[in-house]
Parts: sequence; C-alpha cells; structure tokens
Amino acid sequence: MEGGAKMKVMNIVDALNNALDIKLGEDRNIIIYGEDVGVEGGVFRVTEGLQKKYGAERVLDSPLAESGIVGTAVGMAAAGLRPIVEMQFSGFAYVAFDQLISHVARYHNRSRGRYKMAIVIRMPYGGGINALEHHSESMEAIYGHIPGLKVVIPSTPHDAKGLLTSAIESDDPIIFMEPKRIYRAIKQDVPEEKFLVPIGKAKVISPGKDVTVVAYGAMIREAQRAMVMAKEAGISVELIDLRTIYPIDKDTIIQSVKKTGRIITVAEEPRSFGVAAEISAIASEDAFLYLESPPKRVTGFDTIVPYARGEHHYLQTPEKIFYEIERTVKF
Amino acid sequence: MFDEYNPLDEKIFQVIDNDGKIVNNKWFPEIDNERLLKAYRDMLLARTADLMIVSYQRQGRIYTYPPSYGQEAIQVATAMVMRDEDWLVPAFRELAAYLGKGVTLKEVFLYYMGFEDGSRFLNAKNILPISIPVASQLLHATGIGYEIKYNKKDQVVFAFVGDGGTSEGDFHEALNFGGVWKVPVVFIVQNNQYSISTPVSKQTASKNIAIKSVAYGIKGIKVDGNDIFALFQAIKTASEYARSESEPVLIEALTYRKGSHTTSDDPTLYRTEDEEKEWDMKDPLKRLKAYLLNNNLWTEEQDQQILQQFKQEVDRQFVEAENYPLYKLEDVFEYIYVEMPDDLKRQQNEHENFLKWKEARK
Ligand SMILES: Cc1ncc(C[n+]2csc(CCOP(=O)(O)OP(=O)(O)O)c2C)c(N)n1
Ligand SMILES: [Mg+2]
Repeated sequence: MEGGAKMKVMNIVDALNNALDIKLGEDRNIIIYGEDVGVEGGVFRVTEGLQKKYGAERVLDSPLAESGIVGTAVGMAAAGLRPIVEMQFSGFAYVAFDQLISHVARYHNRSRGRYKMAIVIRMPYGGGINALEHHSESMEAIYGHIPGLKVVIPSTPHDAKGLLTSAIESDDPIIFMEPKRIYRAIKQDVPEEKFLVPIGKAKVISPGKDVTVVAYGAMIREAQRAMVMAKEAGISVELIDLRTIYPIDKDTIIQSVKKTGRIITVAEEPRSFGVAAEISAIASEDAFLYLESPPKRVTGFDTIVPYARGEHHYLQTPEKIFYEIERTVKF
Repeated sequence: MFDEYNPLDEKIFQVIDNDGKIVNNKWFPEIDNERLLKAYRDMLLARTADLMIVSYQRQGRIYTYPPSYGQEAIQVATAMVMRDEDWLVPAFRELAAYLGKGVTLKEVFLYYMGFEDGSRFLNAKNILPISIPVASQLLHATGIGYEIKYNKKDQVVFAFVGDGGTSEGDFHEALNFGGVWKVPVVFIVQNNQYSISTPVSKQTASKNIAIKSVAYGIKGIKVDGNDIFALFQAIKTASEYARSESEPVLIEALTYRKGSHTTSDDPTLYRTEDEEKEWDMKDPLKRLKAYLLNNNLWTEEQDQQILQQFKQEVDRQFVEAENYPLYKLEDVFEYIYVEMPDDLKRQQNEHENFLKWKEARK
C-alpha cells in the first residue's frame, strides 16, 4: 500500500465517510443530499457528521422522492455543481429510472459535451442481511447496460475510499454501489490522506494457475473462503476483484484466462443477462482458444430474491463456489 | 363536513380532547357501546402485539419490524367503516387495519420472520399485500377504483400512505388520476410527523397535507389522527361520499409514530424527549380509554384482564409462526411465474444437484 502514508483502521462505512469528508473540504461545488442523509447521517451512517461539519446547505435531507433527487442532480450538474446523492437502498432507485436513463446517462451526449453530468449516485445493494423485500437485490447489470453510466463496486475499505474519491472527481456520472452486507464487516488500514483507485481497473487479489475466479463486492469474501477449500483440494485459484462493472476491465480478465484456461464469475445477481454473463462472453470472444472448460456463472437464480428466511437458498456460499470450481477444473 | 373543515382554512377536525371529553357535539358520531368497546379492544390488541413484536425482535426471534403504536386510532376507525367487500391497500405500518380486515397476527409474524407466505392473508377479502416502495401502492388503489366504477360495484378502496410518501410522484399521480377518473378511493395519509428521521416540515411547504386535495379537484380534510371519534366520523363520511358520488377523498390524519421507524432505527438522533412526552398526552388509546372510564363503560379491572388475554393470544400465534415449516427451495421458484420457464426449472435442478453433492461430502 501507499508507502509512508499515515494510516487509520477503517471499515467501509468509515472509508466512504472519509472520502466524502475530504472532497467536501476541497470543493465547495460538492453538495450531498438524499433521504435522511443530513441530521441522521443516513440509515447506514455513511454521511454521519457531515451536515454538522459542512452545514445544511451542503449536506441536506431531501424530500422522500428518488426521481426528485436524481432529477434535481441533473440540473445542479448542468449548472456546474457536483452533486453526490444517495438512494437509501438500491431497491428504491427504480423510482428515479427515467431521470437516470433519459437524462443522467444522456445529457453529455445530447448537449454534445456542453453539459457534464458530474454526479455520483450512491446506493447500498445486495443481500445477506435478513432485510425486508426490496432491500436485498443486486441489480448492477441494469446499470451496466445503460450507455452513458459508469458503475463501480468496492469490496474493501481501501478501495471504497479510493474508488469513491475517483467517482467524485470524475466528470462522468457514476453509479456507486455499496455492498451493505460488508459495510462494517471488514476493517483495514487505510491512508488518511486523499488517494485514488482508478475506475475501470480490476485487481488480481491473489495469483493462481488453474482457474480464474472473478468476483466483486461482498462476493470477494465468499470467493476467498472457497479458495481455501480449493487449495485443500489442490486447486490453485486466481482471484480477481472486478471493482468496476462498467467500463469492465477486459484486459485483466483476458490475461488471466489465457493463463488459467478456466473462468468462473461469482455474483449475487440473477443469472440471465448479467455481469457474469458478460464476463463469460468476454472469455469466449477474446480467449476462446485458451479455454479448457466452458466459462461458468455462479449467481443467484432468475428469481426474485427470496425473503429473509429463504435467502440462504439464493445466496452464493463458499461451498457452492468451490463446487463449481471443482467441476470446472475436472471438466 | 368537507366545507366546514376546508383544509385551506387550516382547521383540524376533532371530536374529543386529550382527556376524552367531547369538544364537538355537532359531529359526535353515533356508535353503539358494543362497537366502541370493540374498537378499544382492537386498538389495545394492536398496541399489545406491536410492543411484543418489538421485544421479540430484540430477542432475535423476528427480523426488522416497523411498529405502528400510537397510530391505532386511524387504523381501527378505518376497520370500523370498511366493509368486507371494500378494498384495503396498505403501505407497511397499518397493523390494526390488517387485523380489522381479517389478517391474522400469525400471518403478520410470518411476514416479518421472512416468509412470503405471510402475505397470503387467507381470511381477508380484497386486500393487497404490504407495499414497501413508498407511495407506489396508491396508484394501485386508483386502478382498483377504476374497476369498481367500471363494473358498477358497491365498493370503496381505503389506501394508506405516510407523510413522507406524499413527496413521491406516485402520490400525486394517484390523486390526479383519481380526480380525473372519479373513482371511489379514500386516500388516508398517516401523518406521523416523520419519514424516518426527516420531519414533515422538510417534505412539503404546504400548510398541511390535506390541502393538496384542492389542487387535484377532490375533497380533503385534516383530522386529529389520535381521536377515534373524529376519525370514525371523517372516514365514514368520506367513504359514503366516495361510494355514492364515485369520487376520491384525501384524509390527513395527524398522529405520532411513538416507536422507532423500524426496530433498526434510533429516534434519539432526531427527536426530543419533550416532543415525545407532548404526544404521549394525545395518545389515542389513552384518550378512548378515558372516555370509556368517564362514561362507566369500562373498568381498570377489565382492562388488566383483557390485556393478559391479549398477551397470551399474541404469544400463542407468535409461537405458532415460529413453528412454521422450513422454507423450501421450491418456495423460491414456485410463484415467480404462472408458467415457469424451462430454464428456471433447470436452475432449480442444478441447485438440487449441488445440495446432493454437499450432503454427500458430509
Ligand atoms: C421508494 C422508497 N424510497 C425509500 C424507502 C425507504 N423508506 C422506507 S419507509 C421510509 C419513510 C416513510 O415515511 P412515511 O411515508 O412518513 O411513512 P412512515 O414510515 O412514517 O409510516 C423510507 C424513506 C422506501 N421504502 N421506498
Ligand atoms: Mg411518517
């Protein structure tokens, strides 16, 4: 990690808060708003303390209206501000889809570069927290499918800070999806100073030779556990943290699959038309002659995420991942 | 009533005061004693269940739950007016209204224990499931209203939303469609002062919420939402009007969410004890009880007795819910489609193969 920098132990919530804090301090054009982000600091406390520090003109509780939140952000951005807005849960972002798809994603093109949509739309996503309906989905592929948007998902406190900082500094609109299941589960030394993790770059977390496993968000942890099981079975896994859904880092994926000849994607999303499907397509299109087994998807089913009591059927477990690793290697 | 309590005048429709004394004889509704006592018992049952669920949640026996205690009068008054054939379109904080429609406590428990089966509502006619995406259900209510009108049915829709929900576009679209289509829907806003941590003053610059009816060309009234008599009168009048004229009505019921937003929320972050105490004096259950005691319709002994009975009943149904069969893999797939696509079946089979492999490894 960054040599000599002052470090602090942070979880993902701390790291995101720290990135927001630093950027609010640097740039008075940054405005943060959303439901309950001000006084309360957000239902997950990601914006805790920021209203107190920067005032209610810069960190504010908005009315309960996602389309309103995203639509006003379009206007703010067109006029030169740099809004960072929160969708309280990704399951409620759909209310804002017209603004998102018809405007956030298109303004730059429509105005031929005149208006930049320097907007960050943050949203907690994903399952595993025994939540009510609409609070557990992983629909990142929807955003990846919309031309004009970039989609980022961190898996560690370090990356959360570095990627969010890059997102805030980006002049393109960024959908920043936060794996809420690991918001506080992982603690790590993170530099206190500002630093960037580039958008669009995956990371090889651990090199291996038998099979490539691509994962992101909360699935990294599950994949790492599966890796331990694989190691015991004598299988060497190369684990890649995708970090950005779009633009997807094809180079890192292709390079890895050319080495291992096998690829599995682990994601919480429904099976069809997803990120895992995209990665399988990349492997087939760009590394076809290197493949020793079919690219594999370890994902949720094409079903609604079951309510809490049935969620274990749907979620990817280390065992399920290992099962597919073994089948792929033995193919 | 709608003319006398025009929301433009900022008047609030109230019938009893905080001590249970009648302050508005003109509009004091005719409710026979038996019905009134039932209303009280229904409110007490909902309160008892709510408080018990909160403690079950703390014991880890149920997941996140949005308590509705403090808001019972609105929901019970609706249940008193609502007929079997009428529709109930809930949001997610209307325990007493579901119970009034015939939903069982056990079903509610199952829902919050994480079973879709909790939404079956086997004994309740014409009720939609709990709707979590705020305000979205109001458009469904308007659509149901269209069917009622189209088929000339003798029905009314009662649709719930919170104060926060009035900021969503769907709220405005539902009222607008309702006004244009002239459908029999009573929209009830439970204005409990907060949308999680956000006070109603940050939701709207309108003087009140009922006033929004004016813009949509429909009737509206602002009611003391902790006064069961006023609520009964207002909801009854609104439903009769909706039924006979085929017109929507907007009711704003002023109340207070005495508990937390959900069991994972901490209200001390955004509201004061003084405020909570102030609203304690307006507690809907206390007010009705005071009226009943003042008029010798009820005694403290009866109160204690029935409370014990309710606690046992709540616990009995809770334990029954806890003993519900395990959630099976099929349950994930069964209702996604009417006609299940082959590939979905394949996904289920694949997963069963994995489970067999897992079992064999043990
Ligand atoms: C569309 C949508 N956005 C956000 C949420 C998250 N959320 C759940 S309840 C709530 C506040 C609702 O406030 P209000 O309408 O006043 O109802 P109350 O909770 O007070 O009963 C919010 C923001 C949601 N469920 N749906
Ligand atoms: Mg409210």
